[in-house]
Amino acid sequence: MTEPVEFTLDGRPLSAVAGQSVAAALIDAGVRSWRTTRLRGRPRGVFCGIGVCFDCLITADGRTGVRACLLPVAEGMTLVSETSDSETSDSGAGGDD
Amino acid sequence: MTDRFDLAVVGAGPAGLAAAVTAAEQGLRVGLVDAAARPGGQYWRHPAESVSQRDGHGTRTFRDLRRRLRALRDRGVLTYLPDRQVWFVERDEDGHVLRFTGTTTAAGGVLRSRALVLCPGGYDRQLPVPGWDLPGVMAAGGVQALLKGNRTLAGRRAVIAGTGPFLLPVATALADAGVEVVAVCEANHVTGWARNPLGAMAVPTKAVEALGYAAALLRHRVPYRMRTAVTAIHGTEEVEAVTLSAVDAEGRVITDRGRVEVDLVALGWGFTPSLELVTAVGADTRKDVDGSLVACVDEWQRASAPGVYVAGEATGVGGAELAVAEGELAGLTAASDLGGRRPARRVRELPVRGLRVGGLRVGRLRAAIRRRRAFATAMHLAHPVPAAWPDWLTPETTVCRCEEVTAGEVCRARDDLGAVDVRTVKLLARPGMGWCQGRICGYATAVLAAAGSGDQPSADDLRSLAHRSICAPVSLAELADSHPDSPPPDHQP
Repeated sequence: MTEPVEFTLDGRPLSAVAGQSVAAALIDAGVRSWRTTRLRGRPRGVFCGIGVCFDCLITADGRTGVRACLLPVAEGMTLVSETSDSETSDSGAGGDD
Repeated sequence: MTDRFDLAVVGAGPAGLAAAVTAAEQGLRVGLVDAAARPGGQYWRHPAESVSQRDGHGTRTFRDLRRRLRALRDRGVLTYLPDRQVWFVERDEDGHVLRFTGTTTAAGGVLRSRALVLCPGGYDRQLPVPGWDLPGVMAAGGVQALLKGNRTLAGRRAVIAGTGPFLLPVATALADAGVEVVAVCEANHVTGWARNPLGAMAVPTKAVEALGYAAALLRHRVPYRMRTAVTAIHGTEEVEAVTLSAVDAEGRVITDRGRVEVDLVALGWGFTPSLELVTAVGADTRKDVDGSLVACVDEWQRASAPGVYVAGEATGVGGAELAVAEGELAGLTAASDLGGRRPARRVRELPVRGLRVGGLRVGRLRAAIRRRRAFATAMHLAHPVPAAWPDWLTPETTVCRCEEVTAGEVCRARDDLGAVDVRTVKLLARPGMGWCQGRICGYATAVLAAAGSGDQPSADDLRSLAHRSICAPVSLAELADSHPDSPPPDHQP
């Protein structure tokens, strides 16, 4: 077995298995939602699990709007939930029309 | 800036791996771009350390392709670019220019090639249902991805619902891992995949596979309930329970089968391919037998756009074995069309690993593709999306998860504001305008929009939804960098 990976979510220390995605690490830690929606403030976690739906967006080491289901968890990683009042992202060029 | 790859392959799942490896072995210089960190796609997903000890279905094929991929990289004829998503593709005088962005941490860049094989794969098709936006409700493929790729259990007590054979491996994998699976709810009545005997008999291994899953469900005492659907999901901060309903052949609710407490709901209504790159290069598309938009290809995997080949789910959802055969054929065709390094005239005459077996190889691939396509068609016909699913919605049900557009708002745009097609519905009510660009709600929105005139969505409706001028979300900094005056780093062969 490899050494556990230590990381934090909103300052709370958690640990994961090396090689896991951030989403998997959070679910294993009992966290099922880490974002609230812009309009209704509803909780969201992982839905599609493969990078298609963008429900699982999280701020990782200062980078906003990262898909937690695709990002590998890393030692010392600082994760911050994206709540409706904190959500700021420069990655807004995806919308069509 | 003139140096370019002979062939760019987008996607390193079963089709893309087979295409890239085959083409490189034929002497082409290949660039392989993939969104994931590791090769294998959704089907051959595996944890970082190794492929799971238990040899899964088709694992031998994957190991063989991965071994060849490494060998070709070592020889310097194949460049593998993982963790990168293509967000823009355009033609230039010598072929194609692909602009990609890092999926997670990789830097963006540009890849130029003479020809292009698109193997974008697909994802679970979804239908909205009241409460499906609660945490703990997931795509069946996502539940499987957490388990296969991370050994993570998405819940302790699960219900698997939707339609199609994929519900079975998800249910058995969860049950094997210790999750209590309270039911597999199959909306259709399936008398075995042999309903269309021609299709099912064409791929006998599939019948054996189905028996294996059935045995596993029995062993774990997981009930397989046909003509049953999850018609509502309950909870406040996360899923707490579901309502199961007995439905008729069209999906209309006959009787309420009661409320079942669960902490995980896995939903899947078959798969739908990612078509944005196919439409971006201007290749012809059509509506497949399962209602999904797919690429038109000829018997050599050529798309209608010059220098473009398509293989795998994007030509019609049909599974990994079909994808591998199509990918291999696409690789051979591309090598033949481009002439490779050798003066090849036709695929039939290409030397393969030093032997003149090209004709045999192509014949074998063609036969495999025909057989597996027939099976896929039979499977789609046995597992249609039940037409009456919109009856399950309430006006408050979220349809578009990104922009939080409700069923009521979509129907108002259609009925009160006079939107006659899905494009207008999209403009008025904004479903499909968020982060995922309609990948999750597109099908449902198209069905709801078309229902105003009592129709199913047309191929044109699906096309207007599949078109995305920017194929993956990209930062404004990268957009600025893509200006001709400030070229991003080139990836050269």
